[in-house]
Amino acid sequence: MPTVSMTVNGKSVSKDVEDRTLLVQFLRQDLGLTGTHVGCDTSQCGACVVHIDGRSVKSCTMLAAQCDGSDVTTIEGLATNGELHPMQQAFMDNHGLQCGFCTPGMVMSAVDLVKNHPNADEATIRAELEGNICRCTGYHNIVKAVQQAAKAMGG
Amino acid sequence: MYEFAYHKPGSLADATAALNSAADGKLMAGGQTLIPTLKQRLAQPSDVIDLGGIGELSGISVSGDAVKIGATTRHAAVAASGEVASAIPALAKLAGGIGDPQVRNMGTIGGSIANNDPAADYPSAVLGLGATVSTNKREIAADDFFTGMFETALAEDEIITGVSFPVPQKAGYVKFPNPASRYAMVGVFVSQGGGGVRVAVTGAGPCVYRHADMEAVLSGNFSSGALASVATSADGLNADIHASAEYRAHLVGVMARRAVDQANG
Ligand SMILES: Cc1cc2nc3c(=O)[nH]c(=O)nc-3n(C[C@H](O)[C@H](O)[C@H](O)COP(=O)(O)OP(=O)(O)OC[C@H]3O[C@@H](n4cnc5c(N)ncnc54)[C@H](O)[C@@H]3O)c2cc1C
Ligand code: FES
Ligand code: FES
Repeated sequence: MPTVSMTVNGKSVSKDVEDRTLLVQFLRQDLGLTGTHVGCDTSQCGACVVHIDGRSVKSCTMLAAQCDGSDVTTIEGLATNGELHPMQQAFMDNHGLQCGFCTPGMVMSAVDLVKNHPNADEATIRAELEGNICRCTGYHNIVKAVQQAAKAMGG
Repeated sequence: MYEFAYHKPGSLADATAALNSAADGKLMAGGQTLIPTLKQRLAQPSDVIDLGGIGELSGISVSGDAVKIGATTRHAAVAASGEVASAIPALAKLAGGIGDPQVRNMGTIGGSIANNDPAADYPSAVLGLGATVSTNKREIAADDFFTGMFETALAEDEIITGVSFPVPQKAGYVKFPNPASRYAMVGVFVSQGGGGVRVAVTGAGPCVYRHADMEAVLSGNFSSGALASVATSADGLNADIHASAEYRAHLVGVMARRAVDQANG
């Protein structure tokens, strides 16, 4: 089996995997990083969003082999020294989650959206979360959380 | 997913060689259509050849009269390009309306037009601007490129290298997005330029097509009001759980008027 190597949450990892291994399988099964969720497996829900070289992508719609040599960040890589990332803190403060299933992908998409649109208004936040589906919250508190985090992140 | 061998060539020549030596090779660009297809076991290629490692296939260049976009240029890059936005604003807007940010961060123009989904956005811009598709073998005019539902003029071993869009005087694109996928239930791309007026319709029929009646009327009077006299027949249009053929025919008129208004700014 070919070897795939990448940096995940700052650590170098190398594993022998089948060519057809999806990135999300690699993260969850080979690395045990189960924070990245699989909601739909059909590229629609966004529960599996991670960052590859700074861009948010759906890890269920990428091969692990495509990420050979890349820098990957998952939800487990956001907190620093036990302190939540401002986006995670804002989801907590604003009750931006209920069951929490969509939350890892939602947070990863939201971090990318604030990076690209530091002063995003509500309409932009809603449009940029197009790829993330939440069945619980009705999105309202998620949008509030992103607004709070954008301020905290210096937008 | 069935098993396959993955290749990531660093040059077009290596990609062609990999494709030719595979029993049943399949190119992959952003994978946003191909990977879901593989996951559903709707395709069983022996080899997947990733174009992502070929630097020369990616990039945007704008000269006075043309916008050239490399085949593996991602939708997000086109949407964010100031150069594209000033030369052909409708094209940047179209790219920014494809799917969602994560799809736009991976999906490419070459993959979109090679796939030629009847509801995809880019085919309408290629046809509506009279663009030229470049491959590793030849140049193909937009009018000859899209040949049917999920069908193009591409040969089995042909690789798209880029698309060249002539800069029009004006252009507009408006779609009625499917609320779940954002694919076009109906999308209309209109332009007025050196090659005259072009109106391309996506989402409505089995394949993107030009609306000759609208082009004739708009050539005399490029205003949304002029389109009131043009009827769109429902014959041969798509009907599915999302909309009937009659509904789509009606949407063609509405989207066309809005696209002309957008073009007229
Ligand atoms: C959730 C979701 C929503 C979407 N919404 C929209 C939407 O609103 N509008 C829209 O237009 N599209 C939409 N798409 C499709 C998206 O734009 C895809 O990115 C695009 O259709 C395929 O591009 P790709 O680069 O991902 O190609 P791939 O999936 O890698 O390839 C698609 C096909 O093209 C072939 N191919 C790729 N590159 C080349 C090349 N250079 N030369 C020859 N053949 C090539 C491949 O062999 C394959 O058959 C959506 C997709 C998803 C998952
Ligand atoms: S699991 Fe990847 S988009 Fe739903
Ligand atoms: S919190 Fe339950 S799906 Fe979003």
